[in-house]
Amino acid sequence: MTKKQDIKNASTVGGDIEDFTRDENGNIYPTIENFYRFCSERKLMGIKCKECGNILAPPKMSCSKYDSYKFDWITLKGKGKLLTYSIVHVAPTDFQAIAPYIVGIVELEEGPKLPGIVKLKKVEDIKIGMDLVTDFEKTSIESWVGNTRYYFKQP
Amino acid sequence: MDVRNLQKPLASIVSAGLSKFGKLEGFSIREIFALAAREAFDNCPNLDVKKDVKALFIGHMIEGSEHQGQTGPLACDWIGLPEIPSFRFESACASSGSALRNGIFSIMSGLFDVVIIGGVERLTHLAVSEATEYLASSADYAFEQWHGFTFPALFASIARAHMYKYGTKEEHLAMVAVKNHSHGAKNPKAHIQKEISIDKVMESRVVASPLKLYDCSLISDGASCLVLTNPKIARKFTDSPVNIIGSGQAGDTIGIYQRGDLSTLDASARAAAQAYKMAGVKPEDINLAEVHDCFTIAEILAYEALGFCKRGDGKNLLEEKETCIDGCIPVNTSGGLKSKGHPVGATGAAQACEIFLQLTNQADKRQVSKAELGLTHNMGGTGSTAIVHIYRRG
Repeated sequence: MTKKQDIKNASTVGGDIEDFTRDENGNIYPTIENFYRFCSERKLMGIKCKECGNILAPPKMSCSKYDSYKFDWITLKGKGKLLTYSIVHVAPTDFQAIAPYIVGIVELEEGPKLPGIVKLKKVEDIKIGMDLVTDFEKTSIESWVGNTRYYFKQP
Repeated sequence: MDVRNLQKPLASIVSAGLSKFGKLEGFSIREIFALAAREAFDNCPNLDVKKDVKALFIGHMIEGSEHQGQTGPLACDWIGLPEIPSFRFESACASSGSALRNGIFSIMSGLFDVVIIGGVERLTHLAVSEATEYLASSADYAFEQWHGFTFPALFASIARAHMYKYGTKEEHLAMVAVKNHSHGAKNPKAHIQKEISIDKVMESRVVASPLKLYDCSLISDGASCLVLTNPKIARKFTDSPVNIIGSGQAGDTIGIYQRGDLSTLDASARAAAQAYKMAGVKPEDINLAEVHDCFTIAEILAYEALGFCKRGDGKNLLEEKETCIDGCIPVNTSGGLKSKGHPVGATGAAQACEIFLQLTNQADKRQVSKAELGLTHNMGGTGSTAIVHIYRRG
């Protein structure tokens, strides 16, 4: 079990939290913090509703299709297709070093859609419908636990 | 609200006021609101402010920008009404649309017979990076901003999806900017009162492709104020009230990535359907509209969500100039968020101010002739809040 103090540290200093936050039965809560903790272990994880089988990524505290909050965590393959994108030229402070960069929304094979940075060898190869896969990178921005972000790249 | 109220007005606007929009140096939030309230009160000589006004409903997004909370009492205090109850609403750029809708509820409940609706925002004293970060907080920080999406990049992604599906071009987006600047040039309250050319838009620097600088609305200071009454007593205050006959609101996911169709504003379509049903009118009955053009693409999506054209056909309305002041459905005669400016908390009630001016023949150089029915469309975030109101000349 994670102590309260650890949770507090995690939200202020990324990477300090020692374990997943869990309920009284030891189940990992479907929280954003836990989703990014899996990312820091290089795992893209979603949750599957125990009642209707709906797969959610990112995880939510309640299923969007069925009135349920009982889930199993599942590993996602991290493969999908690009639905839409934009090339960001005017970047926020934390992203200025990599601008211009591509952000896109990817529909995963399992169904959920995720937004993320798209890294291509040649920017001009960007195309709606292209196949992309997930990878992970540690960032210098202190935010979520582990400061690890998933991103998309060509297979 | 009940469909049984179909033919009955929900509430009446008897006066409206607007501060100048733009960079209001030397004025704090409470004072900017007082400028708008003063104009609304001055325009309504029959209103005994101290005696008649029973409550304030105010929209305001960014409270932290002045280390000041309690926008409601703050605003009341500085307009000489510290003792009245006040209600502050935050739904990003739809904050004062929410205030208006809840003010209408208060009139319909019978609790109040005269209330004021306000909206206020002060943004230009912030660094641009700070202001844009505040504004972007209306999207999904954990999955959008943290992954490099700026607020323009979210609407840019929607634009790209619309272009891909329907063949909308960057020139069509530019037409929205050119039109709204030509309208704003006729509005003395507008932030930028200057016409621009298609080339100027197309040559402006890329912010988040396909959106360029001139596809984005303005970061402005400003405030808006409406005097709203029970329809039964509206004529006590003016000979030409404007009745609100339909009100709709719907929600959508906080992040755009979770939505089924990225090329539409689904909540806006659902809010519009509610408002049309309540008012007992159809899209083709509407004579003019103020829509939420936070980015040029959003105006095109609004045409489609509000039923002014079929999905994907928004570009045709622009090519045929049907949404210009002399077109069949003039849109954003005020200049819209693009040219009049976008002090986010003030925007929803400011849209209602423009419809009030138009339906009472006070819009001067931008007056639409023979308008009976008007509509406002106000959005929060990337469309996760959508509020539509329908107005009839009283």
